[in-house]
Amino acid sequence: MKRPKIERFLTIGTVAAIFIAWILLTTVGGVKELFIPSPKSVWQAFIDTFRDGYKGSTLLQHIGTSLKRLVIAYLLVVVTAVPLGLLSGYNSKIRAILEPIIEFYRPLPPLAYYTILVLWMGIDEGSKLALLYLAGFAPVYISCVAGVVRIKEDYIYGAQTLGATKRQIFFYVIFPAALTDVFTGLRTALGVEYTTLVAAEMVAATAGIGWMVLDASNYLRSDVVFMGVIIMGITGILLDKLIQLIEKKIVHWKGRA
Amino acid sequence: MSDTWKDKLYEPSDELIAVENVNYEGPEPHTEEEGPREELISIDHVDLSYSGNTGPIKALENINFNIFPGEFVCVLGPSGCGKSTLLKIIAGFISPTEGSIKLDGNEIKGTDWHRGVVFQHPPLFEWYTVRSNIAFGPKMRGVPKEEYEPLVEEYLKKVGLSEFADKKIYELSGGMKQRVSIARSLINDPEILLMDEPFGALDALTRESVQDLTRKIWWETGKTIFFITHDVEEALLLGSRIIVLSRHPGRVIEDIPVSFSRQVIQDCSTDVKFSAEFYKYREQLLRLINSQ
Repeated sequence: MKRPKIERFLTIGTVAAIFIAWILLTTVGGVKELFIPSPKSVWQAFIDTFRDGYKGSTLLQHIGTSLKRLVIAYLLVVVTAVPLGLLSGYNSKIRAILEPIIEFYRPLPPLAYYTILVLWMGIDEGSKLALLYLAGFAPVYISCVAGVVRIKEDYIYGAQTLGATKRQIFFYVIFPAALTDVFTGLRTALGVEYTTLVAAEMVAATAGIGWMVLDASNYLRSDVVFMGVIIMGITGILLDKLIQLIEKKIVHWKGRA
Repeated sequence: MSDTWKDKLYEPSDELIAVENVNYEGPEPHTEEEGPREELISIDHVDLSYSGNTGPIKALENINFNIFPGEFVCVLGPSGCGKSTLLKIIAGFISPTEGSIKLDGNEIKGTDWHRGVVFQHPPLFEWYTVRSNIAFGPKMRGVPKEEYEPLVEEYLKKVGLSEFADKKIYELSGGMKQRVSIARSLINDPEILLMDEPFGALDALTRESVQDLTRKIWWETGKTIFFITHDVEEALLLGSRIIVLSRHPGRVIEDIPVSFSRQVIQDCSTDVKFSAEFYKYREQLLRLINSQ
């Protein structure tokens, strides 16, 4: 097994190269701290916010607030978009009802309808959760529909000739068969929700990692902005890995069937 | 195509039927002299057309035959002759454009477990183990667990997969998958087993072993089997009756009883395929199919 090793080396090499370029730019290159803060000052910003906090909340509280919003919205997506998506794939009438709504709002930039959500649900948590929820709903719904539509009809025929009812086929055949696509949707949704997070924390937030970055940028605190962005990037990767891990456990036949 | 072969096409192929079947004692197809027998499946003037770009395309035309209990009917034909379509109609996946098709005198409407289907690419459920795949039918039908569990073990044994019961589907070879598929259908005790070119995708050795298994199961259980294949040798080695369909649209152009599968069972070997008689049948059928 030589190949995976080379690829791992390339990955680590790329990260290292970017890091070295960063150091060089900020030291020898003489780029201003405002544009690219040095690794040292970003690290210092990290230590400071970790210990003393940023505007009333510690770094962990900022991360915690954001993750709470993210997780609640995400769980709501899982329990609603997955069943609705699967049902839409299975039943063309349900699809006919839901699809136009989703097709309409899906390409809209979240900020465009966020103002409406704020009008309806106030400036507190409600509208933030709703925004994240809507952002995550579409990709999950769409990949669930695709997952069901993609199932070879022989699977359904096979189950029918073995005596399964429509209901049984849905739970014992359609659902597991679509799981690979369901997880693809879930991973995409996590990414989309994460990108929407900053937007959600733009209005009337006092905490959250997205808010922290926005607020810091207003005061030209590039070190805090960089630190926040890096933390968001790392937590994003970790969350995605977590979902991949769950997927591997559940969809053990993926890529092998 | 020489004239002789053309003539053969339109004349009833006396030669084929004239071959003596002295050893044959197994199930025989219905003939006029025998008088009426209780048919299991009756296919009555079945036509099937698809809607194409330039009007309807006929896939099957005036299909008319009965299948009797215990028969092993092999349907042969060039590719695109609609043999799979015929199977789909019997299974209830599609309904004929014209004509009627009955099981035990009742019109076939949609699918149910009385007609088990073995597909060319077995749609096994990858999320289940071999055992759970076989248990699927009885479980869905609400058979109590303590009743179907011993049955599952029995069928695992029947298809020689007892040791693989807890394996995942992706751990199995193509031949094993087809065995699971056969067991999964048989456990429901269907009235007829419909097999759609089930061994077409297997290598020669595996194919021979699943053919043996199918023949053995047919012989031991007396199940009625409807088997689609494009392989003349396979049809001769398995079937008790061979039906040949023509190309575009599919019509029945030959319907003959054969007895080689019985001989294979008796001899415990497929050496019969080297006999002059087998050779003769093979040549005739090949010519008939190739003349299409």
